Amino acid sequence: MSGWQYIRPASVAAAIELLEAHGDEAHLLAGGTALTLLQKQGLVEPGVIVDLAAIPGLDGIDEVDGALVIGPMVTLRRVETDALVRTRVPALASTVGRVATIRVRNQATLGGNLVHADPAQDPPPILLALDAQVDLEGPEGTRTVPLSAFFVDVFETVVAPGEVLVRVRVPVPAPGARVGYEKFLPRTVDDYATVSVAARLDIGPDGTIGAARLALGGAASVPMRADSAEALLRGARVGEVDAEAVADAVREAVDPVGDIRGSADWKRDMAGVWARRLITRLATEGSAA
Amino acid sequence: MAADVAIAAVSADLGVRLHTLPWRPMSEAPVPLDRVAIRLSVNGVARELSVAPERLLVHVLREDLGLTGTKEGCSVGVCGICSVLVDGELLSACLLPAVRADGREVTTVEGLAGPNGELSAVQEAFIANGGFQCGICTPGQVVAATALLAEHPQPDEPTVREWMTGNLCRCTGYYGIVASVLAAAGQPAPDSLRPPIEEIAPLGAGPGGHADADHASDRT
Repeated sequence: MSGWQYIRPASVAAAIELLEAHGDEAHLLAGGTALTLLQKQGLVEPGVIVDLAAIPGLDGIDEVDGALVIGPMVTLRRVETDALVRTRVPALASTVGRVATIRVRNQATLGGNLVHADPAQDPPPILLALDAQVDLEGPEGTRTVPLSAFFVDVFETVVAPGEVLVRVRVPVPAPGARVGYEKFLPRTVDDYATVSVAARLDIGPDGTIGAARLALGGAASVPMRADSAEALLRGARVGEVDAEAVADAVREAVDPVGDIRGSADWKRDMAGVWARRLITRLATEGSAA
Repeated sequence: MAADVAIAAVSADLGVRLHTLPWRPMSEAPVPLDRVAIRLSVNGVARELSVAPERLLVHVLREDLGLTGTKEGCSVGVCGICSVLVDGELLSACLLPAVRADGREVTTVEGLAGPNGELSAVQEAFIANGGFQCGICTPGQVVAATALLAEHPQPDEPTVREWMTGNLCRCTGYYGIVASVLAAAGQPAPDSLRPPIEEIAPLGAGPGGHADADHASDRT
């Protein structure tokens, strides 16, 4: 016998019961791209697959109180092509559209992408820049966690045993905000980023930057925000941003891991280069991903 | 036990009706199963199978159903050689748990031709436009192109390139592939996609060809 078992519950409550009953042996199945690869690599032990596919209400995209509320089972392709997302948070749609290929985006889900916690993925940095939050439902109820407090380490998040990520909340940026994403791809267009940078600049009527966010992928063991770089942007006139100083702050802030996509030192330098390019573009051209 | 898991009401017109059926919860089976009964349509034929939970669609297609047109290449969702359509959506059969095909309509390369074996417009275009060399990637290429043209009947070249990015060809036959997809949409390939094939002698004529008497005698 293989050791694998499978069940497709009808509700989040039933899924939570199954997670509690089977403990570490339970594996949630969303789109299946990550879980399948982890299986092939022997990184997950055989256990009980708890498939979320039949649970109603996990695949919606709505706007509620100024935020997009996206279900965890929404595929990346839907985030990319959905009219509401493209209209309200276009940088999210275009960034998610840069994950791998159409074929992968047809299968991979937004919730699965986040709980997988691969530090080089595209959605986490843009969602960090947008101040996204996630709702985690568990035996004790539902809690809301800002994405900036969500990632713990490679493949590790604050999702507790028995919890299911049931919603992603993405505040619609304020009018005049500039949001963008840059992905450094020295190999192929469908690759994971060597490093990636997302930013959001809220700009007041007088051209002063209010809130500023600068987040990075592939630059540490988790998707991260560079607080010191954000501090340099906050309060600056958008036309007078010192992008080189921002790049230096990014180089100080990151803690990359060397791998086949480059050494840690090179990634550190490239994180600065791509942060400078993104901030320069946002400061001079406006939004685009 | 697994056979008792009623997941979808399957009828004779399965291929038509399945498209609108959602996945059904396994409410009749409150405990996890070692094997799962799935019902699906493969190239228009209703199939009922019992699969282990960890088996992938590519293996079920090839090993259980004998549909070996879908290949397993990189096995990590990159190369595109296992491309299939599930309810019309392009997916990697090497990444898709077979249980996820439950209640769905699967189309493989074997299902692209018509009932009497007549090739689809995409298949014809790949032949007419040199859309392949060694051919190993071709099943995935034509399935991906079919998905593309279903969504964009008149794609421009960048759209073709974006869609076909996920299907690797190690013979580097990409010009011919893009030209083939455009041709399947009834569009002439731009000059930039046309290699100077007039410089290549057709078989049976010219230097090196069998009809060349001088070279033929050299070889004897």
